[in-house]
Amino acid sequence: MRRYALCLLASWALAAPPIVIRNANVLTVTKGRFQGSILVRDGKIVEAGPKVTIPPDAQVIEAGGQYVMPGIVDPHSHIATESVNEGSVSVSSMVSVEDVLDPEDIAIYRALAGGVTTIAVMHGSANAVGGQCTVIKLRWGRDARGLLFEGAPPILKFAMGENPKRRGSLPSLLPGVAVQPRYPATRMGVEDVMRQAFLEARAYREEWRRYEEKRQRGEPAIPPRRDLRLEPLVEVLEGRRLAHVHCYRADEILAVLRLSQEFNFRIAALIHVLEGYKVAREIAEAGAGASTFTDWWAYKVEAYDAIPYNAALMVRKGVLVSLNSDSAELMRHMNQEAAKTIKYGGLSEDEALALITINPARQLGVDKRVGSIEPGKDADLVFFDRHPLSNYAKVLRVMIEGQIYFDRDRDMSRRAELEARKKALLERAREREKKQAPARRRPA
Amino acid sequence: MWIAAVLCVRAAPPSVFAIRGARVVTVSGPVIEKGTVVIRDGLIADVGASVPIPADAWVIEAEGLTVYPGLIDALSSLGMPEAAAQTAGTVRATSRSQQPAPAPAPTPPQTPEAKPAQGPEDRPSNTSWLRAADLITPGDSRLETARSAGFTAAVTFPQRGIFAGQGAVIALGGERAGEMVIAAPAGLYLTLTTAGFTSFPGSLMGVLAYIRQVYLDAEHYRLAKELYARHPASVPRPAYDRALEGVLETPRVLLPASRAVEIDRMLRFAAELKLNAVLYGGHEAHRVAALLKKSGVPVLVSLRWPERSRDADPEQVESLRVLEFREMAPSTPATLAKEGVRFAFYADGLWSQRELVRAVRRALEAGLSQADALRAFTLSAAEIYGVADRLGSIEKGKIANLIVTDGELFQEKTRVKYVFVDGRKYEPLPEAPPEEGGRAEPSEEVVQ
Repeated sequence: MRRYALCLLASWALAAPPIVIRNANVLTVTKGRFQGSILVRDGKIVEAGPKVTIPPDAQVIEAGGQYVMPGIVDPHSHIATESVNEGSVSVSSMVSVEDVLDPEDIAIYRALAGGVTTIAVMHGSANAVGGQCTVIKLRWGRDARGLLFEGAPPILKFAMGENPKRRGSLPSLLPGVAVQPRYPATRMGVEDVMRQAFLEARAYREEWRRYEEKRQRGEPAIPPRRDLRLEPLVEVLEGRRLAHVHCYRADEILAVLRLSQEFNFRIAALIHVLEGYKVAREIAEAGAGASTFTDWWAYKVEAYDAIPYNAALMVRKGVLVSLNSDSAELMRHMNQEAAKTIKYGGLSEDEALALITINPARQLGVDKRVGSIEPGKDADLVFFDRHPLSNYAKVLRVMIEGQIYFDRDRDMSRRAELEARKKALLERAREREKKQAPARRRPA
Repeated sequence: MWIAAVLCVRAAPPSVFAIRGARVVTVSGPVIEKGTVVIRDGLIADVGASVPIPADAWVIEAEGLTVYPGLIDALSSLGMPEAAAQTAGTVRATSRSQQPAPAPAPTPPQTPEAKPAQGPEDRPSNTSWLRAADLITPGDSRLETARSAGFTAAVTFPQRGIFAGQGAVIALGGERAGEMVIAAPAGLYLTLTTAGFTSFPGSLMGVLAYIRQVYLDAEHYRLAKELYARHPASVPRPAYDRALEGVLETPRVLLPASRAVEIDRMLRFAAELKLNAVLYGGHEAHRVAALLKKSGVPVLVSLRWPERSRDADPEQVESLRVLEFREMAPSTPATLAKEGVRFAFYADGLWSQRELVRAVRRALEAGLSQADALRAFTLSAAEIYGVADRLGSIEKGKIANLIVTDGELFQEKTRVKYVFVDGRKYEPLPEAPPEEGGRAEPSEEVVQ
């Protein structure tokens, strides 16, 4: 029901009057900071500056000195999906997160309450060649299709290191059940699986080319079998799909950069990339992005050499750097994660904010639409009561395309009502159970 | 004449009956307050307020009784050998609903395979060629339980795997398997069971990718066979693939979808693959009734309403969403009826009369009309499976699947007096005393 109500609201919003956000401390990220207003029309930012023209029919939001920044972009999260890993195979590029989006995952609302508006929904890192991942906006209340970031390039995930080589030598735990160890069991095996997959993809593309030729000559020919596993790899080779690579160690980062050069595709983002600071120059030269944590490490052997200066060091070497959550909890305070890079590495405020806005937007290929407050971009805005890089800052309101999807006051005011509803339902369930269970004989 | 009748009984069961003076609820037409139904050779020979009683008929004086079309269980495992061996009430879980499973663990979906599947090419969990019609076990004791509750037909399916197999519409009576089959194949039963990390597909997204690839492969296979038939000298011969044969053969596909999110997902999936789909589960269909209406896809609603498991931790704090899901599920049929979505019921293992009535009553209390409930058990099910010319209502020429009750159906006090299947008369089993512990294990459910 709520979904339809929101759809109606959305269609109404298209014809809605323009919105003016007045008296705000605006952090544009790309164009500095000013005290002033933002004019929003049809979900887009039309004007932003100390003085904007206020149309007579405008709906005015009085910000009263609140801080407004662009919606946070998280380039790597695992919320809003009903699958985590297709762990059975090492090349799982046929699977797609888009098939299993869960628009009712409560983590969406919680992330929204932390100021996040755009995320890449990724599956896990169990496979050298992973599956198809999807960029969504956190339009809480809409159905799965309503979440999709229209026009965002699709992503294929790859994984290096420990995770994809697990189960390389698993003993059978159940008697009589044969377990076939999954290849690969080593880092060199992981690279080999990737190379093999790309070679197959090339051959597949060639097979289609030959078929087209035959068909044009008018010979009877059966089209090749469409292979959902190889198609996304072909798209990566042709630059129509972004490659995101889960990695930790410097050696595997270099290995995958070499692989991308061998097959002539660009890596949009190296993900986690905890030892990126060791090979930042090479990453920058390859034109790859890097998305890391600030101070999350040592949770496994390959994460031992992580340092909190990683992001700042890579930024200084010219790498396009972003921060990612990888977690439904961390996702709720990405602004604090950004703030840590000021302490560790001395980034400027704008550089720190860019790590969670415009930079991840670039890594996801959606920077024309989101990531900064500029005319022409989507009105995805977050209102904080203080500067978002303060530990004390709270999110008050979150807008996506000019529509409010989170409002702290409204949330607080609804809590009693929801609690009462819950209590009533529990009561009814208890009555039902009582009515249905016949009187049990008590044991003597 | 009496002697003739008695002799007739001794020689063979009578084949002509007249149920006289009963209230006849035809479903397809108006209720006949006092009418007669004549059965001859397994079919309904006549029905009406004043129809002549044939001289050779075995007359049942039904003053004060009501005749209904026999109920149809629109999705079951009745008569399937492997399901018969298990305890009744296998839970058909859909994606997430199977995760926090306290109740019967789904059996491994694997058909015997030499080694773990490495991808769609290995056709894991695919027995689409299995036909329920070939597997019927007339000795399945659950057939009689269901019949005693008023079921006279069921659409039954092989149960294992992702592409489990082809269903059949069967009559719940008869001596030999062959004569029980009313129509086959009735559809392909799909589940979304996963094999974990050991074999492909190990996740919901893997299963969906697998199904998508199988349909692409089936289309390619069809094309390759056609082309080969035309150019055997120049086109390579396609390898025979029984898994794809079954997929191509089926008239419709049953897809699991219980929560609103799943229904939305499966409707899009079915549209993408151009499947003639029927959804089953449907517990949250009340939230997406308009969407269903627009799609034209019918829904089979499970009567096993979601409840907290009996073994659940009493301290567990449940989310509002879970509570809402349970509270609102029985309102689904009423909402679907109001929106004009075609739906039918399936007992989901609740074949005893007590359990069945209790489950239906919850839908009635949530606003479903008696007539709509009856239709969902009879004519709607027949229409969904394309057998409404044979089953689902009391009309001349239809199969004589009828029940005679001493009161309104779906009332706790009402008892089924006689059941007719293919014109054969059965008397229901005496109702078993309530089992210790009471209610049936509820369906597993959505927990966040």
